[in-house]
Amino acid sequence: MDETSVELFVSSLRPLIVAAVTATIPLAVISFVLGLVLALVLALMRLSSRPWVSGVARVYISVIRGTPLLVQLFVIFYGLPSIGVVISPWPCAILAFTLNVGGYAAEVIRAAILSVPKGQWEAAYMIGMSRSTALKRIILPQAARVSVPPLSNTFISLVKDTSLASLILVTELFREAQRIAAFSQEFMLLYVEAALIYWLICLVLSSGQGRLETRLDRYVAH
Amino acid sequence: MSPTEPTVPAGAPLLDVVGLRKSFGSNEVLRSVDLSVAAGQVLAIIGPSGSGKTTALRCLNGLEVADGGTITIEGASTVDFGVPPSKAQLSALRDESAMVFQHYNLFPHKTALQNIVEGPRIVQRRPEAEVRAEALELLERVGLSDKRDTYPFELSGGQQQRVGIVRALALRPRLLLFDEPTSALDPELVGDVLTLIKELAVEGWTMVIVTHELQFAREVAHEVAFIDAGTVVERGHPDQLLRDPQHERTQQFLRRLLHPF
Repeated sequence: MDETSVELFVSSLRPLIVAAVTATIPLAVISFVLGLVLALVLALMRLSSRPWVSGVARVYISVIRGTPLLVQLFVIFYGLPSIGVVISPWPCAILAFTLNVGGYAAEVIRAAILSVPKGQWEAAYMIGMSRSTALKRIILPQAARVSVPPLSNTFISLVKDTSLASLILVTELFREAQRIAAFSQEFMLLYVEAALIYWLICLVLSSGQGRLETRLDRYVAH
Repeated sequence: MSPTEPTVPAGAPLLDVVGLRKSFGSNEVLRSVDLSVAAGQVLAIIGPSGSGKTTALRCLNGLEVADGGTITIEGASTVDFGVPPSKAQLSALRDESAMVFQHYNLFPHKTALQNIVEGPRIVQRRPEAEVRAEALELLERVGLSDKRDTYPFELSGGQQQRVGIVRALALRPRLLLFDEPTSALDPELVGDVLTLIKELAVEGWTMVIVTHELQFAREVAHEVAFIDAGTVVERGHPDQLLRDPQHERTQQFLRRLLHPF
């Protein structure tokens, strides 16, 4: 790497990190939190004994998992305006990512709830709990432990998928890299630099996952 | 802790079950089960596996919803299962009894103490200080004071089951239900649990115990019921039923238990 490349690398570090901190990370965090709420609702719908309730959730999950995220983004951002619904880039990105995470995480949460032994429900009912209290105090805390690794995967994927928001005009990390690259004509340098920053974020997330797993594992035999 | 002040005088029936029926799909598990327990007495239920004895017990706590028959807990509720019971009816029934499970079913994410106070605190909404003091007293009584902050996975099976029994007692039920409480335990751990249950019987708790421990049933129960193929085939005083069974199926079952080889 020659001197001007090093200089460009260093000087673009700041705008890239600013874009990561002000767009990529908040986009991922907000969508993930909202997505988890949606996923919990969908998971409980899937577990419902009423066929139409579980059916609705099943179809939703199938559609979300069976279509590309990029297509979902485009339908919402470029498609909806043609039927009169115009959403600006940021809310649009959050909406699309939330709906997507909801579909994926629903299956994780459903499986985690099912992995809690039936005896736990029975003990909860035995001490007089209602279904919702049992779920909240007995079942979900145990399901949470099981679902941390797969949900961490979902979150890490989401962080990387936020780069797709660049295509609907959200100035996040990747779009910022594109802008500087176009300006400086140093494509290799800028895209590798962007990749490194994504990787760094994911490394931090992985270590967070490890710590969370240790915390939740304190009550199981090793 | 002694049983909650009896609303039913000792000797009068506390639990009365008539014609209880339950099917799973086309499998008729309970054909017509009649049981009764007087206040302060112990009923032991014995019978081959698959006979329906555990299902009958679970119906008493509403963990299974019977298809027919009535369950009466004197002075509290009568549920006629001829029509599907309401949630309120089931929970009224459940409030009167507490169950001890074969596989303990302690909450693994809660310490021994938290397991015990969960029901009284969260469901019964009794004051924290009172519930805690009572739980600690109960733990001391079963010799597990030093385990109050221990998670279930660090406890032996016998210790877990004693916590399970304390969890049931802390609910202050009028009726204690035991589903094969020692079947999952290593043989050397069975004694402690059986001794504890015997003490509870002496204190006057009303109990229904599904068990395979015949010697234990003889010592602790006031009455033994033998269930086979979904009906009560024979019931009577333990000495009489276990030594001199009248019914041929009872004789067969006991012979097989006493001489397995």
